[in-house]
Amino acid sequence: MTDMVETAIAGPTELPPAEGSRWSALARILFGRPATIVATLIVVVFLLVAIFAPLIAPHDPLAQSALKINQDPSPDNWLGTDQFGRDVLSRLIYGSRNSMIFGLVSPTLAALIGTALGVVAGYFGGWIDRILSRIIDMLLAFPELLLAILIAAVLGGGFWNVVAVITVAFIPGFARVARASTLAVKQEPYVEAAIAVGVRTPVILLRHVIPNIASSVLVLLTLWTASAIRLEASLSFLGIGTQPPNPSWGNIIRDGLNNHFGSPWPIVGAGIAITIVVLAFNLIGDAVRDELDPELSQ
Amino acid sequence: MLRLIANRLIDAIPTIFLVLILVFVSLRILPGDPAQVALGDQATPEQLAVLREQLGLNAPLWQQFFTFVWSVVTLNFGNSLINGTPVNDLLAQNLPYTIELTLVATLIGLVVGVPMGVFAAVNRNRAPDNAARLYSLIGYAVPDFYLGALLLIVFSLNLGWFPINGGGDGFVDGLYHVLLPAITLAALKSAFMGRLTRTALLETLGKDYVRTARAKGASEARVLYRHGLRNALLPLTTGLGLSILATLSGAVAVELVFNRPGIGSLLINAIQQRDYPVIQAGVVVFAFFVVAINLLIDVAYVIIDPRIRVKQ
Repeated sequence: MTDMVETAIAGPTELPPAEGSRWSALARILFGRPATIVATLIVVVFLLVAIFAPLIAPHDPLAQSALKINQDPSPDNWLGTDQFGRDVLSRLIYGSRNSMIFGLVSPTLAALIGTALGVVAGYFGGWIDRILSRIIDMLLAFPELLLAILIAAVLGGGFWNVVAVITVAFIPGFARVARASTLAVKQEPYVEAAIAVGVRTPVILLRHVIPNIASSVLVLLTLWTASAIRLEASLSFLGIGTQPPNPSWGNIIRDGLNNHFGSPWPIVGAGIAITIVVLAFNLIGDAVRDELDPELSQ
Repeated sequence: MLRLIANRLIDAIPTIFLVLILVFVSLRILPGDPAQVALGDQATPEQLAVLREQLGLNAPLWQQFFTFVWSVVTLNFGNSLINGTPVNDLLAQNLPYTIELTLVATLIGLVVGVPMGVFAAVNRNRAPDNAARLYSLIGYAVPDFYLGALLLIVFSLNLGWFPINGGGDGFVDGLYHVLLPAITLAALKSAFMGRLTRTALLETLGKDYVRTARAKGASEARVLYRHGLRNALLPLTTGLGLSILATLSGAVAVELVFNRPGIGSLLINAIQQRDYPVIQAGVVVFAFFVVAINLLIDVAYVIIDPRIRVKQ
């Protein structure tokens, strides 16, 4: 992520700015407003929790105990236990791993694939562009959640299927933005100059086109991290995302709903976790957009 | 006008065809043998052979695709693998509930969201605007199934004000059953429509004709509604279309939370039971909604903005 932030802020590779300005731009984005500072801290905390889950979690998230079913919060189980006697807090902590992995990996994959498709369509034009644009437009007509549900309907649940589902759901959006930006960059004098002096096409794409559309793609990437986390939670809630007993915030709420008289803590805890993380990523996304793409912000 | 609608309809045909190809390819080719998946590992070769024949999997692929397209064109999706009910009956039973939920949620979302957006735009950067901004920040972040679960637990299970599950019989009972799920979906929708209204209205209020209207002494209400909101209708229509589709997909989770009949719960149950004919029909129905709503937006453009009609 940090690398991409720097690449995007650095702009065209032929004009690398001073080392200091990259970091100050990053700092300006993450620490520019009080709300964004809080959001950045929240994201960092949740990332640390996800990375160090085995060290932090007080119990095994999968360990069931018939003797400890539906217990209220206690010094041993801070958020009580669920209908299988599993520690709710430990499940929430391990659940953060799924959210973070899907939230960061899927949009990044989608950005890479979508950008590649969009650049090819926008740069070469012709029949490639017509076919790709038609498919992109068609897929864009579907809301991401609906597209994801429809793909998951076909593929079924499981880790890699969920990565694939979320990635595919986001590809068309990235492809459209990358295509539009490529069309604009293609008209720039430096691209024409590169073509005129005989620079090979792959080099033009890699050195002149992609660095100059990176900021638009990056804006989308940060804005959609929150969407990806929501999407994973929704799919897991529907039973077509992360499969139980493997915990994810979505399926913890699903289990909790089947056991709402037993213990309210799984629903309340997982719901608050999703809300806070999505809110934090949204705030950072807004800050990145305002910094890199002022035209988009209101 | 009619010619334009006809053109748009013709435009939609390749889209529908592409959707059908995608549905077919993903259902028939990607996951291997649907018969094996549907019956599970313990199926005997005889059972597999029977189901393959029943699903028409023994025919060549092009023929299967033709059969599939024909089943969509004639709206005959076969029978459920689980209980043998014709899929059409299942669709007919469930579709009204999803449409009812989407319509009521859209209505609540508009009634709350648009005035909120107008109020925020008029009081730009003052307390009401900030309150509306906070509302939409939270509205974007709370997952609808979580909000639904909270509303269900508080208002249905603990306070007993609303029914716990089902879709209700008759108009009044149906409205009583749909209210809580619709409010759940309307929360995000009103946040979205509120932001959109504010943005669109602020943009039009900065235009020359608004200044002219003010200069010639038009009342503030007239400036706001006649010159401002009316010209903000185009982006609002686009947003409304997107938001109806988002509500339709959100309905899937919300139907599950409130244990409510509908296309969403039908599809999710079919996925869990690997009921292929029902999955196929559910996917096609949702795809049809997407195409139809986009078509309606296009038509709405022409009605709202006569300039588009002239350009065509």
